[in-house]
Amino acid sequence: MSKLFSKENKEVFINPLNLDNPIMVQVLGICSALAVTSQLKPAIVMGLAVTIITAFSNVIISIIRNTIPSRIRIIVQLVVVAALVTIVSQILKAFVYDVSVELSVYVGLIITNCILMGRLEAFAMMNKPWPSFLDGIGNGLGYAFILVLVGAVREFFGRGSLLGFQIIPENVYNWGYLNNGMMTMPAMALILLGCVIWVHRAYFYKEK
Amino acid sequence: MKALRQYLDRIKPNFEKGGKLHAFQSIFDGLETFLFVPNTTSKVGTHIHDSIDSKRIMSMVVIAALPALLFGMYNVGYQNYLLAGKLAEASFFNVFFFGFLAVIPKVLVSYIIGLGIEFAWAQWKHEEIQEGFLVTGILIPLIIPVNCPLWILAIAVAFSVIICKEIFGGTGMNIFNPALCARAFLFFSYPSKMTGDSVWVATNSILGFGNDLPDGFTAATPLGEIGVGADVPYTVTDMITGFIPGSIGETSVIAIAIGAIILLWTGIASWRTMGSVFAGGIITAVIFNLLDMTPISWYEHIVLGGFCFGAVFMATDPVTSARTSFGQYVYGALIGAMAIIIRVMNPGYPEGMMLAILFANMLAPLIDYCVVQTNINKRMKRLTQNNK
Repeated sequence: MSKLFSKENKEVFINPLNLDNPIMVQVLGICSALAVTSQLKPAIVMGLAVTIITAFSNVIISIIRNTIPSRIRIIVQLVVVAALVTIVSQILKAFVYDVSVELSVYVGLIITNCILMGRLEAFAMMNKPWPSFLDGIGNGLGYAFILVLVGAVREFFGRGSLLGFQIIPENVYNWGYLNNGMMTMPAMALILLGCVIWVHRAYFYKEK
Repeated sequence: MKALRQYLDRIKPNFEKGGKLHAFQSIFDGLETFLFVPNTTSKVGTHIHDSIDSKRIMSMVVIAALPALLFGMYNVGYQNYLLAGKLAEASFFNVFFFGFLAVIPKVLVSYIIGLGIEFAWAQWKHEEIQEGFLVTGILIPLIIPVNCPLWILAIAVAFSVIICKEIFGGTGMNIFNPALCARAFLFFSYPSKMTGDSVWVATNSILGFGNDLPDGFTAATPLGEIGVGADVPYTVTDMITGFIPGSIGETSVIAIAIGAIILLWTGIASWRTMGSVFAGGIITAVIFNLLDMTPISWYEHIVLGGFCFGAVFMATDPVTSARTSFGQYVYGALIGAMAIIIRVMNPGYPEGMMLAILFANMLAPLIDYCVVQTNINKRMKRLTQNNK
């Protein structure tokens, strides 16, 4: 048991949340981060979907890593990821149909998400299943955290609500407050993402 | 003058390192260099010093914008009294003073927020205060509608100073014109306060001046009316003198022309840029006219909306425009042509000057690169030919 949560394994899990964050430091997976964060709910669902798919594709690839011929490894990885994405997409359609409509192509496009391919190539191909699982969860949560942060800011200022519930009371609107229309546009997501990276670089990230 | 200089010299030690007011050193430095041209020169390398430094250039642009500002104030009052039907009995002073009271809060908000951020930033980074906001601060109130609420103006100013200027490295480094960024932010964030037909005329009386207009009145800008296919109820004389609804400083061609003369005479604005903006706009408008795609003639396209203001004050911004001589022609023509194309081809935007200038700002470094590279290639070719 102690081996399962050894220091290395802890680092594998913690690093992607902060110092090796896929969005803030590696700057991967930006396109979906801009596209699905106009509201909080799709951002959470997308973050969870990517976390689950990254974790399990990492595990599967890590289990079969010694049998994959290196010349066709990308194709094998893609098949695994595509199968998982299809499962997740079907589950979303079955249980949260409205969110899956909102996410539209972006669930399918998880297949091409740079974070997934990056983790498979860089980690799962040369590590054992358990660390790979932790790495997948860590990277997925690191991605999900930024999505939720940006999604919350955009929904709060763009629509005055969070998760679809009105937060800013009607009185405030009567005093002349207005929703910021630019927050609902992807352009503002890019600027917010830039600000998140800025703050992170300034206060948390140390150049090696 | 001498007393002021002596006073500054006397209090200066307080702000130097170890002095008790060292925390405000950047503010003192900013004010001192604003009042007196600093007499320090660079010690290394060969430099040619112009007697006019960038603070003096900025002050000159502010002076050039004053006619547009003053006329804008008068026009705000004029439109209000006109729509209330009380223009005949109102005195010039009443009309102007109402406009003054309506416009001056916007100027103050713009300067206080913008300079506040600049001062704080300079203090935080231990840099000198940059002078760029002197101009931006007066241009922003001139390009917004009079009914724009002050709090969204404050947000837009903060956005433009931080996101469009400071993170690029401050004055001289910004890619996009900060004043237009503020307007673009307002335009996309709060479209109900930036476009339409109810934002262009002040509706409430202030301190007993002006008139309360009834709810539901409308006064579209001429371009807005053309956009929905209506006829323009204004004469060409009105369009040129500027007695039409519009953003505060953009309506009067005459006031802007005075500013243009000041800018060109002092050599601050590039006549190449300014001229080619007009040339590009006129040619494009004439082409659209021949194709029968726009209902108004080319000279109306030029005098309406923000075309003149953009051409004189925004396109010629030395930081964001192209710097090579030939590049300036291309850059200007691109702005003029794009502005008219957006107006005519895009039914959603009756005015295209802001987007055209931001678009050209983005391309300016590329234009410069191409011009410089072409010249290098040409000379390289000449060199190899001569050596054969």
